[in-house]
Amino acid sequence: MELLLTFLQKAIGQGISILFGASGEIITEKSGNLNLGIPGIMYMGGISGLMAAFFYEKYAEVPHPFMGLLISFAATLIVSALGGLLFSLLTVTLHANQNVVGLALTTFGVGFGNFFGGSISKLAGGVGQISVATTASAYRTSIPGLSEIPVIGPLFFSYGFLTYLSIIVALSMGYFLANTRKGLNLRSVGEDPATADAAGINVSRYKYLATTVGAAIAGLGGLYFVMEYLGGTWTNNGFGDRGWLAIALVILALWKPINAIWGSFLFGGLFILYIYTPGLTRATQELFKMLPYVVTIIVLVVTSVRHKQENQPPGHLGQSYFREDR
Amino acid sequence: MNNEYAIELKNVTKRFGEIIANDNVNLNVKKGEILSILGENGSGKTTLMNMLSGIYFPDSGQIYVDGREVTIRSPKDSFNLGSGMSHQHFKLINVLTAAENIIWGLPGAERIKMNQIVGEVNALCDRYGFDLNPTQKIYDRSVSQKQTVEIIKVLYRGADVLILDEPTAVLTPQETQKLFNVLRNMRKAGKSIIIITHKLNEVLELSDRVSVLRKGQYIGTVPTREATVESLTEMMVGEKINLAIDRSEPGKPELRLDVRNLTCKNREGISVLKKVSFTAFSGEILGIAGIAGSGQKELLEAVAGLEDIESGEILYHAPDGSIEKLSEMAAAEIRDLKISLAFVPEDRLGMGLVGSMDLTDNMMLRSYTEGKHFFTNRKKPKALAERVVDKLAVSTPSVETPVSKLSGGNVQKVLLGREIASSPTVLMVAYPVRGLDINSSYTIYKLLNAQKEKGASVLCVGEDLDVLLELCDRILVLSGGIVTGIVDARTSTKEELGLMMTGSKVGGQKHA
Repeated sequence: MELLLTFLQKAIGQGISILFGASGEIITEKSGNLNLGIPGIMYMGGISGLMAAFFYEKYAEVPHPFMGLLISFAATLIVSALGGLLFSLLTVTLHANQNVVGLALTTFGVGFGNFFGGSISKLAGGVGQISVATTASAYRTSIPGLSEIPVIGPLFFSYGFLTYLSIIVALSMGYFLANTRKGLNLRSVGEDPATADAAGINVSRYKYLATTVGAAIAGLGGLYFVMEYLGGTWTNNGFGDRGWLAIALVILALWKPINAIWGSFLFGGLFILYIYTPGLTRATQELFKMLPYVVTIIVLVVTSVRHKQENQPPGHLGQSYFREDR
Repeated sequence: MNNEYAIELKNVTKRFGEIIANDNVNLNVKKGEILSILGENGSGKTTLMNMLSGIYFPDSGQIYVDGREVTIRSPKDSFNLGSGMSHQHFKLINVLTAAENIIWGLPGAERIKMNQIVGEVNALCDRYGFDLNPTQKIYDRSVSQKQTVEIIKVLYRGADVLILDEPTAVLTPQETQKLFNVLRNMRKAGKSIIIITHKLNEVLELSDRVSVLRKGQYIGTVPTREATVESLTEMMVGEKINLAIDRSEPGKPELRLDVRNLTCKNREGISVLKKVSFTAFSGEILGIAGIAGSGQKELLEAVAGLEDIESGEILYHAPDGSIEKLSEMAAAEIRDLKISLAFVPEDRLGMGLVGSMDLTDNMMLRSYTEGKHFFTNRKKPKALAERVVDKLAVSTPSVETPVSKLSGGNVQKVLLGREIASSPTVLMVAYPVRGLDINSSYTIYKLLNAQKEKGASVLCVGEDLDVLLELCDRILVLSGGIVTGIVDARTSTKEELGLMMTGSKVGGQKHA
């Protein structure tokens, strides 16, 4: 029982980064942009939040946890939004190939994270020395009182505010896409930009906005990992391939943010299952780490066999749009 | 100020690079009037209307709405001025419902009140006599229902000027009549309607006035009452054309194809052809009619060996008397029996030609397997390419030009030319004149007739029933994958075909 509780708690903890990434990617893909730069953008979001907190704590006389939180939160949003903006500029305005730009952005973002991670480690006095404990404590504050309740407390109320934010973001995104005019317009841009254009929708603006906002949301996944999961430190490549899991989750969730919530917990659980499975060798561990991808492939197979139009990716995903192209 | 004209265009010019799509076009449409814009493909009709709907911006010239000069920079401007366009290729999103398709792009309360919108849409439908379920998704609707959604979309936006681009291209005669009735209701309500078409009889039936374009030039406007098919064709083409297709009597018909109880399923396991049986003879043209997607493509592909056959058999009676079972043969073997298929898809390239390759290479696609050497021999295909260019008057700088650089009509001539060059015994063509101008269409009809006279058995899938009735000897009608009738083209009528296309079987009429 105790073990199961810890497992669920850790699964949710693992899932939150992925959920932010997947939510960001869903809204991006709904505009028809396939941003494969999301894994890189999550690195960028993580490191910029950490750097902002690091310098704040280094230069402030008495660092205040809440100020550290605000500053790092803003830094993450800005830097990761810039990543999305760059992607939009290259693919929407300059019509560059989305796959190439996305993969380049991921390579760039991982390098960006590791470079600055290394630099501030050096400033902090060596590998493993970097710590923004004050700011991280603000991120890790759970709801007082409620988290003391046995079982329910640790399972539902033992997390920092980013966990709850991720779920609120996913829920409101689901509502936005289904029930608002702007959401409807955004979906039509991703399905068929030429048609949306003919109806008077500003295709480029929707693509830019969705991609930029999506990147900012995804960046929060990196911030969550650095602040709440790691407790305010950095290890190079520590974020691993969670960014790619986020992109796989978009497919698993069938482009619906609500599905991404439970999907992220499922992925989180599968991601750490090897730790809780006794008797694994180093080699068999790796097989367990494949599970999230196996599930994604199964979902892909099942949905393509059922062939329901609603479960397909946005019609114009991955293609750039040029109005007078005939 | 009450102006007689809803929309006036003065000296509007639009260029795409070197090409002048519209050259000093003058046009006007009155309130409560149906104006036809007539012209061949490539004459600039759609470009002109795209400028009215804000998709393109004119290089020079003025547009007046209600007597005021206006600038239309985007589709939004156009809606605000009260004009809306229903496009030839529907601008609808498949995964959304009709109501969602109607409202997206419109301003309004951020939160969507679906019930209210459905009510408004229903009210519009009642007013003009449409038949529509607003909560149904687009992808499981018929073509004519999709068009209804398109038109309501424009009306919902409060448009006073409705532009319809080739609205009847995909409709059966009955659906066309229904649409025309709705359009007449709208005219009565004081709306102006511009209808772009190349079908002369529709122009004469429906519109009040006709404006004619030819190769981007504005030719003139005439009241429909004073126009005839001949006079309009002359305006469109610039010369007198003999519109009659010579149909010779089939000489010595011999059985070529015998299809029995053919059933095919698509990948989703749905039957696209159900127990189709028919025969085709040498020296005759068998027309295949039906609403788009009724199984025409699958039927031809099944004969060509490209479609998996669920049950039934296809027998080929070769001129030397031997009988081959096509249903058990591979596509390449069938081709070696000189059974050839030329399918012209909507985008004209997709099947049969490779856009980035030049004419010679495209000719080789058909014949390269005949060579025995490691290196390919370009001489014969090149000669063939030159012959096709010469015989069919393909306008291309040279045979080394990539096919995608040619205009649609020329691409088609290359495709057909190549298939005919292999002197087939069974020639199957689908939509051979799709998007062609009148002159090229008649060239193609003559080619098909020449094949027939040579003794080939020609199967022709067509869109225009008038043409099928004039060109073919017999017409097979498909509806939802079922043969609803095989009729004699010399005695049948458009109405009869239309009825069969919608699925009413005509009792046992099997002419030889």
